[in-house]
Amino acid sequence: MSFAPLLLEIKNLHVHYAVYGGRLKVLDGVDFHMRTGEKVGLVGETGCGKTTMMKAILRVLPMPPAQIPQGEIYFNGRDIRKMSGNDLQRVRGRGISMIFQDPTAALNPVFSVGEQLGAVIQYSAERGKALSHQEIHQRAIAALQEVALADPERLLRSYPSQLSGGMRQRVCIGMALATHPQLLIADEPGTSLDVTIQDQVLRLLRTLVAEKDTSVILITHSLGIVREMTDRVYVMYAGDIVEVAVTPNLFANPLHPYTQGLISTVPRLTGGGIASGIPGRIPNYLTPPTGCRFHPRCPHVMDICRAEKPPAYRVDDDHEVACFLYRTENRV
Amino acid sequence: MSLLNFLVRRIIYSVFVLLGLSIVIFLIARVMPGDPARMAVGARAPQWVVDRLREQMHLNQPLVVQYGYWLSDAVRGDFGLSLITQRPVTTDIKEFLPASLELVFFSGLLSAVGGIGLGIVSARYKDTWIDNVVRVFSYFGIVTPSFVFAILFILLFGFTLNWLPIIGRVHEQTAVPPLVTGAITVDALLAGQFGTFFDALRHLLLPAISLAMGSIAQEARITRSSMADNLSKDYIASARALGIPERVVMGRFLLKPSLIPTVSILGLDIASTLSVAFLVELIFNWPGLARYGMNAMLHKDLNAISAVILVLGAAFVTVNIIVDIIVAQLDPRIRLSATRSA
Repeated sequence: MSFAPLLLEIKNLHVHYAVYGGRLKVLDGVDFHMRTGEKVGLVGETGCGKTTMMKAILRVLPMPPAQIPQGEIYFNGRDIRKMSGNDLQRVRGRGISMIFQDPTAALNPVFSVGEQLGAVIQYSAERGKALSHQEIHQRAIAALQEVALADPERLLRSYPSQLSGGMRQRVCIGMALATHPQLLIADEPGTSLDVTIQDQVLRLLRTLVAEKDTSVILITHSLGIVREMTDRVYVMYAGDIVEVAVTPNLFANPLHPYTQGLISTVPRLTGGGIASGIPGRIPNYLTPPTGCRFHPRCPHVMDICRAEKPPAYRVDDDHEVACFLYRTENRV
Repeated sequence: MSLLNFLVRRIIYSVFVLLGLSIVIFLIARVMPGDPARMAVGARAPQWVVDRLREQMHLNQPLVVQYGYWLSDAVRGDFGLSLITQRPVTTDIKEFLPASLELVFFSGLLSAVGGIGLGIVSARYKDTWIDNVVRVFSYFGIVTPSFVFAILFILLFGFTLNWLPIIGRVHEQTAVPPLVTGAITVDALLAGQFGTFFDALRHLLLPAISLAMGSIAQEARITRSSMADNLSKDYIASARALGIPERVVMGRFLLKPSLIPTVSILGLDIASTLSVAFLVELIFNWPGLARYGMNAMLHKDLNAISAVILVLGAAFVTVNIIVDIIVAQLDPRIRLSATRSA
């Protein structure tokens, strides 16, 4: 797998939000890469910048208030940030699709499912191959059938407010996959649904991406889902990538104190029950902690952590960590 | 089918609203100080004339009975004689209402096109100098009364530039089309007199714009802010992320939800234009209903006042029904809940 070509590479991405009283430095030099066919997980607490990073990839962050002072985002070797309108639209249409966290907010309340799905299908068609109304309709039906929704004809005429949360999420998945993307970004799919529906939606998503061999970035704060669905995991804390590893390694041997804390918060059936978790909370981005952003919550904090931002150290072939505890290892 | 159902229900409600309004109008007219019979015959008429008129006008009977007489006449379109014009009030209204409706219609059209257009431009170029110009204009437009605009426009376009006529509905020498609807633009078109049509349009332009300025400014502000709000919604990010081109995202997926508040306010603005138009009608010597109503009030012409207020009430109710229908067309959530409860 590691011989597959690079699909997405992010270098030193910074995202700030200009707010009253200053700038929120949410992403602070993020590096990320993935190869074609990979299923990559991105985990971290709510508010750590996962969604911001994904929206930045597709250039759909609301600007202002968001700003990207520096960073490069390569998709198939081309910098998305430097693309013209047409090229960008092609990447969004056929290259990368995104499923948003809250399906209720992601669907336009005043357009029917058919109008929204139809527009996605219409504009993701290859250049110079305009689709007839009939073709669009057929593809829309197929897209809904693919996500196991019954009675697609009626559904196309329905409005989002007439659907249940689970159905909305399926419609969103159907819309995202209707463009046959190379890369699917799934932002906490099903988080807003109840547990059984969430489970169904995730199973469906897993089956579909396996069938189509789509590359996936799965954002979640559920480690169980990551373990089941991904090959490699990025762990994010307060706008920094703190650890990257192939999935089994991360669970067998978590290196960063934050990752260790995160894994220990998962309740276990065998012994212990609910563990201590990580005391404290995500810092304020207006005045983030100096040095390592995790140091105020870290049980192993050292003087250097307060002064300097830790670089990434390569501990193993497939395992990198940004923590001074590992400073005897090779820097990346 | 559901639309018809909705319409019928709204009309039935409206009848009750107008009935309530008629009671209020009637009571206000009766509790006003001064004897309507005395005012009708003048201060120097002998007492027995006043007494006989009081008898004729049922003024000696209980209020409820008076209201009954008044309502049964009103339903048949008989509001009595106007004290000022000495003609049936209904005849007066038939003469003045079309001129006002014509003015208000064009002013509403200008508000809709101008306000929504400026709002879209402002939202599209948000936080640039274009947006700032529109926003400053909006504040001026909202705080400045329409008669100020009327006078400024007369000075600028009437006197200084001499581009547009400033008085009346058509030029003195223009052939007036046969009376059908009372709106000269419509009648001219019906009679095929295009010269008269354009002349009437030229006469309409300044009063209509003066009346529309406030509402254009208001609509521009609302459209801009609701588009700016919706721009940061996830459904816009999602539409963009799924490859829908920017012009379609803006012109379709952003515009439609953003127009809902604008349409609601626009309807109310248009309806109130009908009643606040009196100064503009006065300045442009426009023979409209607002001017007639204002005159009636100044002269305590109770029959005319009641009729004018009732007509204005009916206009408000009608505009509100139209607005509700448009909003229901724009917003499926309202449409669906309306049919569900039916």
